[in-house]
Amino acid sequence: MALNDFVDSTAANPLGRPRGIWSALHLDPILLFLLVVLVSGGLFVLYSGADRNIEVVKAQGIRLGVAFVVMLVFAQLDPSVFRRWAPWLYCAGIAALLAVLLVGVGAKGAQRWLALPGLPRFQPSELMKLVVPMMAAWYLSRHYLPPRFRHVITGLAIVLVPMMMIIQQPDLGTSLLVGMAGIFVVFFAGISWKLITAFVALVSVSAPMMWFFVMRDYQKQRVLTLLDPQSDPLGAGWNIIQSKTAIGSGGIEGKGWLQGTQSHLEFLPESHTDFIVAVLAEEFGFIGMMVLMTVYFLIILRCLYIAVTAQDSFSRLLAGALTMTFFIYIFVNVGMVSGLLPVVGVPLPLISYGGTSGVTLMAAFGVLMSIHTHRRMISA
Amino acid sequence: MPWGEFKDTAAERRLFQRRAMVMLVFVALLIGGLLVRMYQLQVVEHDVYTTLSDKNRVQVQSVPPPRGLVYDRNRTLLAENRPVFSVTLVPERVDEMEQTLAQLGGILEVSEEDLERFHRRLQEPRRPFQEIPLRYDLNEQEMARLAVHRHELPGVEVKAELVRYYPHSELTAHALGFVGRINRGELQRIDPVNYAGTNYIGKSGIERFYEDLLHGEVGYQHVETNARGRTLRVLERENPVPGEDLQLHLDLRLQKRAHELLDGRRGAIVAIEPATGGILALASVPGFDANKFVTGISVKDYRELSESRDKPLFNRALRGQYPPGSTMKPMLAIAALDSGATTRDYTIWDPGYFRLNDSGRRYRDWKRGGHGWVDLMDAMAESCDVYFYEIAVKMGVDTMYSYLSRFGFGEDAALDVSGALSGLLPSREWKRAMRSEPWYPGDSVNLGIGQGFMLATPLQLATATSLIANRGTWAEPRLLKEIEGDTPVTDYLPDGTHEPLKLKNPADWEYVVETMAEVMHGRRGTARRAGSDAPYRMAGKTGTAQVFSLAEDEEYDAEEIRERLRDHALFVGFAPVENPKIAVAVIVENGGGGSSTAAPVARELFDAWLLEFSANDDGALVGSVKAGGDE
Repeated sequence: MALNDFVDSTAANPLGRPRGIWSALHLDPILLFLLVVLVSGGLFVLYSGADRNIEVVKAQGIRLGVAFVVMLVFAQLDPSVFRRWAPWLYCAGIAALLAVLLVGVGAKGAQRWLALPGLPRFQPSELMKLVVPMMAAWYLSRHYLPPRFRHVITGLAIVLVPMMMIIQQPDLGTSLLVGMAGIFVVFFAGISWKLITAFVALVSVSAPMMWFFVMRDYQKQRVLTLLDPQSDPLGAGWNIIQSKTAIGSGGIEGKGWLQGTQSHLEFLPESHTDFIVAVLAEEFGFIGMMVLMTVYFLIILRCLYIAVTAQDSFSRLLAGALTMTFFIYIFVNVGMVSGLLPVVGVPLPLISYGGTSGVTLMAAFGVLMSIHTHRRMISA
Repeated sequence: MPWGEFKDTAAERRLFQRRAMVMLVFVALLIGGLLVRMYQLQVVEHDVYTTLSDKNRVQVQSVPPPRGLVYDRNRTLLAENRPVFSVTLVPERVDEMEQTLAQLGGILEVSEEDLERFHRRLQEPRRPFQEIPLRYDLNEQEMARLAVHRHELPGVEVKAELVRYYPHSELTAHALGFVGRINRGELQRIDPVNYAGTNYIGKSGIERFYEDLLHGEVGYQHVETNARGRTLRVLERENPVPGEDLQLHLDLRLQKRAHELLDGRRGAIVAIEPATGGILALASVPGFDANKFVTGISVKDYRELSESRDKPLFNRALRGQYPPGSTMKPMLAIAALDSGATTRDYTIWDPGYFRLNDSGRRYRDWKRGGHGWVDLMDAMAESCDVYFYEIAVKMGVDTMYSYLSRFGFGEDAALDVSGALSGLLPSREWKRAMRSEPWYPGDSVNLGIGQGFMLATPLQLATATSLIANRGTWAEPRLLKEIEGDTPVTDYLPDGTHEPLKLKNPADWEYVVETMAEVMHGRRGTARRAGSDAPYRMAGKTGTAQVFSLAEDEEYDAEEIRERLRDHALFVGFAPVENPKIAVAVIVENGGGGSSTAAPVARELFDAWLLEFSANDDGALVGSVKAGGDE
C-alpha cells in the first residue's frame, strides 16, 4: 500500500510544470536553501562554542548528514501515508512511553531512553513530537472543522496523555514541545476564541496547582532562579547570570568569531549545546542575532506558506503544527538563554550540538516538503 | 472511508488561512519580543554586562613577596626559599569533594594524614576561594600524571610556592627559629592585605622577631581566569617588595662546633662577642629538623619529638632554667667587693662547712676537709663554698639581689631573641609573695653559691659573663648584625636599656677577672686542666648544680634514673683575658662536674674562635694572642 502511494505520487506531475530535479527528489528548494544557510552558519558558531574542538563539529556534521537523509526519506512519502499510519504510530508511541516508565534506562536522574535488544538506544518522547500532531491532525480532520466541543476535548486528551507520561520521566522540555505541537493542531483546526480564552484562563488558574502537585523541586528551583538569579549565583543562577553577561557584553557588533571571553574562559555553561545562542550573541552581537532571527523567521514563513497551500485538512493541520513546534524551540531556547523563561532543556534548533532533536526537526521538514511536493492537480 | 467527502473544503481552507495569519502575527510578535530583549541586553545594558564580563575574566591576585634570606656573619646562608609544588583545592569550585579526593588519591600518593590535615583546614575559617593544600612536594611523575587528569578535576590546582628551607636545619633550629603555617590566632593579628598571598609566618626565633622585615610587601597581578579560577594569563603586574635579607652575628662554624661538642648529650652553649653583644653561637642539643615544621609536621613525627625524653624541641639555651651553682661566684665576688662585704685581703678559715651560729646546721663545702685559709683569689680558683657562704650572709639578700639584677638575672635582657625566659632571681619580696614566708639567712647562704631558689638560663649566664669581660659595660645580646641594603640595623633592633655597672673601685673588675684567670691557669684552679697549654689567657668559672628532683614515673630504669639525677655541669668564661673576643656559658645536663665536663667544652670553643676561625678573619687576634703570651 505504501509502495503504491510512493509510485503513484512520483508518477504525478503536481503543478503541471516540467518535472525538475527538486520535484523528482520531492524537495522544496527555498526551504532547503534556508536550512542549508542555517546549518552551515550554525557549524561556525558550534566550532566556537565547542572551544575550537573540530571533532565536535565533525560529529555534528555527520549527525546533520543523517538528519538530511531522514528528511529526504520523509519527503518521498505521500502525506496520506502519515495520515493512515498516524493511529498506529500513536499507539506504538504510547506503548513505548509506557515501556520507558517501566523498564527505561536513564542518566542524571531522568529515565528517558529505551534500550531494546538489537536496536540502538532511543528516546520515544522525541518521536512523539511528530506523532502527536499527526494523531491530533488525523482525529480532527476526520470531522467537520471547526471542531465541536467534544472533539476538542478528545483532541486535547490525545495530546495530554503522552504529555503527562513524558513529564513523569521527567522531561519538562520535551513534554512542553509535544504538548505545544498537539495544541497547535487544535488551534489551527479552528477552535473558537471563546474556548481559547477559557483555556488560557484555566491554565492560569491551574498553574499554582501545578506548582504544588506536579512540579518537581528542581523545576521549581528553575522558576525561582529565573525570578532572582542572584539568589544562587554559583548554583542554578550561574547559568542565567553568565549567559546574560555573555549576550550583553556582545554589544551591537559582537566580540568577533572565536573572541567570546565568556564562552572560551568556561564561564558559560553548555556553551555548545543548549546555551549556544549566547555564544553567537557574544561573538556576533545584536547584528548576528538579527540575522539569525531573520533566517528563522523566513523558514517559518515558508513553512506557513506550505501549510496554507496544502490540499487537505490533515496536511494543513500537520504542517501548521510542525512549523509552530519549530518556532517554539526557538522561542523557548532563546527566551531561556536570555533570562526570559526558566531553564528547560530545549536546544536551539539545528545549531545546538547533539541530541536527537536535529533528526526530529529534519524529519518534520521532510514531512513539510512531502506535503508541498505531493500536491495534485485538483480543483482549488 | 472517503476523506473529506462531506466537508466544505473551501470553508476549511479559509478558516485555516485565517488561523495561519494569526499565527504569523504571533510568531512575528514573539520574535520581535526576543529581539527587543536582545536589544535591551546588548545595546541598552551593554555597559553593565561588559563590566560584569571583565570582572568575570579579570581577577586581582595577590603575589606574596619572597621572604628575606638569613645569613650568618660570614655570609653563609642559614635560611633560604625553595620552590615546592603542591596540589591544592579550592572548595568553592570543587563539585564533589569526596569524589575528587578519591580520584586524586588514585593519581598521587595521598596519605591518611594529608587527608586528615586537609579536612581539618576545610573546617577552619579561611578566606573565600582560598586554596587549601592537600599535598606538598610533588615529584615530576606526580605532576605529569596530574596534568593529564587536570581537566577532569575542577578546582584542583598545582601551585608552585616558595617555601622556607633551612640548609643547616638541626644546627640552626633553636637559634633561628622557624616559620610555619599561619594559624587562627595569627590570622587575626596580621595585616590581611599584606598577608593576602602569604601562607607562612615566623613562629619562633629570628623568623618571628624580624617577621616584619623578612616578610616584605605584597604585590598584585591582574590575571585572566576562566570560570574554574584557573589563571590563563597575566595582564598586569605590580611586583612585591621582597623581604629584607638579614645577616646575623651567628657564626655557623662555631655553632656547628658547639653542636659537635655537645653531641650525644643534653645541654646548651651560648657564645657572645662581648664588645658588640653579638651572639656567636646559640646551641641547644639535641636539636630537630626545623624544615619538618614549615609545611606542617606529621602527627607521628611531632609525637616522637615532643615525647622524647631528651626534649629536642626544648630550647635549653633560652628557656632552660638551671640553678647556676658556682658560676655565680664571679658576680657575687663583684658584689661583695663593691659592697664592702669583703676585701682583696680578707681571709677566712674553711673547716669544710659553714654554720650561721654555733648550734646551727652545717652548710657543707664541696670539699670535705675544707680549704683551710682562703682569700677571695683562692676562693674563686678553688671554688670555696664556705667563703661565699660567709660573704653572702654578710651582704644579705637585698645587696645580692641588687647586684645580680644589674647583671641581667631575673629578666630577659636580650634585644632580639624571642622566647627567652627570665630565670628566677629571688628577693625578699618574691619569697613573701610566692611562698608566704620571710627570707631566712639560710636562703642567703644557698644563694651565695647559686643554689636554692636561684635559676638562670645559659643566655643569662653568658650575658653576665660578657659584662665581666667588658668590665661593666653593657652590650645586650643580639642576633642581628646587618640588614642588607640601606636600612640601618638600629631602626629595627631595640635599644639597650642597661646602665653600665660602675664600681666604686673600677680596678675590682680586673681583680675579679684575675681570680677567674686563676681558675683556668692557677696551680689549684678548678679548670686548670682545661686551661693548660693555651697560647692565650682565659678567664672562667666552673659550676656544678644539684638536680634535686625529677619526675620519673613513666618507667623505672635504674641506670637511666641514676644518669638523670647526676649533677648538671656548668661553665662560664671568656677569652682572651686582656681583650675578650668571646664569652661563653656552657651547661651539660647531668654532666657531672663543671671542671671535668663543661670547662673542656669551653676551651675547645675558645680555641676554635681565637685560633682556628679568626685566622681567616682579620688577624687582629694574633696580636692579642702574642700580647697574652708575653705577659
